[in-house]
Amino acid sequence: MKITKQEVEHVARLARLEFPEQEQERLTDQLSKILTFMETLNGLDTTGVAPTSHVLDIRNVMRDDEPVACLTQEAALANAPDKAAGHYRVPKIIE
Amino acid sequence: MKYEPVIGLEVHAQLQTKTKIFCGCETKFGDEANTRTCPVCIGMPGVLPVLNRTAVEYTIKTGLATHGSINPSSRFARKNYFYPDLPKGYQISQFELPLCEKGYVEIVVDGEVKRIKLTRIHLEEDAGKNLHQSGGGASLVDLNRAGTPLMEIVSEPDIRSSEEASEYLKKLRSILRYIGVSDADMEKGNFRCDANVSLRPAGSKEYGTRAEIKNVNSFKFVQRAIDYEIKRQAQILEGGGRVVQETRLFDSEKGVTFSMRSKEEAHDYRYFPEPDLVPVAIPLERVEEIRKTIPELPDAKRERFARQYGLPEHDADMLTQTRALADYFEEAAKLSGQPKAASNWMMGELARLLNADGKDIEVCAITPAMIAGMLKLIDGGVISTKIAKTVFEEMYRSGKDAGAVVKEQGLVQVSDSGVIEQIIGDVMKANPGQVADYRAGKDKLLGFFVGQVMKASKGKANPDMVNELLKKMLSE
Ligand SMILES: [Zn+2]
Repeated sequence: MKITKQEVEHVARLARLEFPEQEQERLTDQLSKILTFMETLNGLDTTGVAPTSHVLDIRNVMRDDEPVACLTQEAALANAPDKAAGHYRVPKIIE
Repeated sequence: MKYEPVIGLEVHAQLQTKTKIFCGCETKFGDEANTRTCPVCIGMPGVLPVLNRTAVEYTIKTGLATHGSINPSSRFARKNYFYPDLPKGYQISQFELPLCEKGYVEIVVDGEVKRIKLTRIHLEEDAGKNLHQSGGGASLVDLNRAGTPLMEIVSEPDIRSSEEASEYLKKLRSILRYIGVSDADMEKGNFRCDANVSLRPAGSKEYGTRAEIKNVNSFKFVQRAIDYEIKRQAQILEGGGRVVQETRLFDSEKGVTFSMRSKEEAHDYRYFPEPDLVPVAIPLERVEEIRKTIPELPDAKRERFARQYGLPEHDADMLTQTRALADYFEEAAKLSGQPKAASNWMMGELARLLNADGKDIEVCAITPAMIAGMLKLIDGGVISTKIAKTVFEEMYRSGKDAGAVVKEQGLVQVSDSGVIEQIIGDVMKANPGQVADYRAGKDKLLGFFVGQVMKASKGKANPDMVNELLKKMLSE
């Protein structure tokens, strides 16, 4: 399956990734190959096979609604590149 | 041309679980910023979400309370977008196979019951909060709210006016509160609404292009935003233009909606199944157990109140808007044996006093037993209905029961005919002209005399006896 350079550019933009021109071409080629490879799977007859939601055949892994200790504000913000007044500080969000 | 509005609503309701949806952090707000977080809800690498069972069960309970069907198998999906209040770069939500599908909510418009169908109810996580600093080139992020369980309730485009939208939201809020899964308080931001609005020529079956109005934060504003949007789109269509599909925001100060152009590309969310969570398949027996925990819901209660207590539809509707109010009424009706009188006092004096103070029935100083006690005093002729209003206000202020208030303030009704006759005699002596006129045939003056006697007795004279004795003495 062929993927266009425009599609690669679009997906990259959505993922906030930037590639130089040359790499874009290389990725377009590689992604096309991966998709072609995936097409092999379409050859399988899956009539009567339920769609898989998860690779593990288990269900209902849940926890009780019981509180546990939280991080302190200091610990939570320890890895933040920028902080102010107990908050994460980020570039101004323009609405 | 006449246009018909077509409206669908998406409601986000925070669930009142003790902890967040995928971690054990407490869902408490108003705390200091970033003190209710852990590596899971701030999106640290290598952590795994574990689903909160109560959040799942509350969503199922909501699905059952709105006549929906529970999917035998449900799964989570990643919704990918970038925003500073979303630490992982994706929101864990549901796309295919939500927990519930195909329910409905009933509303009453112009005395007619109308069904608003629900497309789906799914479970997802809330984002954090952004604070926009005035001046300066930065915003601040508090992640205490990140990971709070949210239910998204999506209606079919069955709503045809802003009034219907408002009724639908009120009914939904009422149901969520009845079943105890959410505060559903719009002003606090734990019940949020997006509205999809489009117009089509009246009688047409096809839908027009819709605009989505996001994050309107009060019932009044939802109504105003929809009304504005209907007018705006009608003007465009009448001018031969075309409505653009877009996201709009409501400016509550100006009362207008405006385009939010910056997010156009963000609509490509690239959903895919969440690999960190396994499917949810709640056994049928458990679903039935949850169904049994659902109390009588507002619609059923309204019908029962009208039937069992002989209340008018309007009164029954008002008294069942909250469970607390309905329980209060039933208690007062049971203790007094006078449902209609109890309802009248609740809808009249009590509502007036609570309204003036901006208080809810939950914090009211007057208990149902106190209402019953007061009704007994009226019934026994100890106080008149008129005096009861004074007594009621004092009960409300002091929290003392009617008997105590009556004793303290000497408000016992005067039913001693000797005392009443004396007052009547004084009043007649002071108004000889009116007495003569009455005797000459001006029957209407009886009201004047009743007023004078009641005034002279400080409202305490038994009104029936005053009437009777006045007629007798005036015609002597
Ligand atoms: Zn957490």
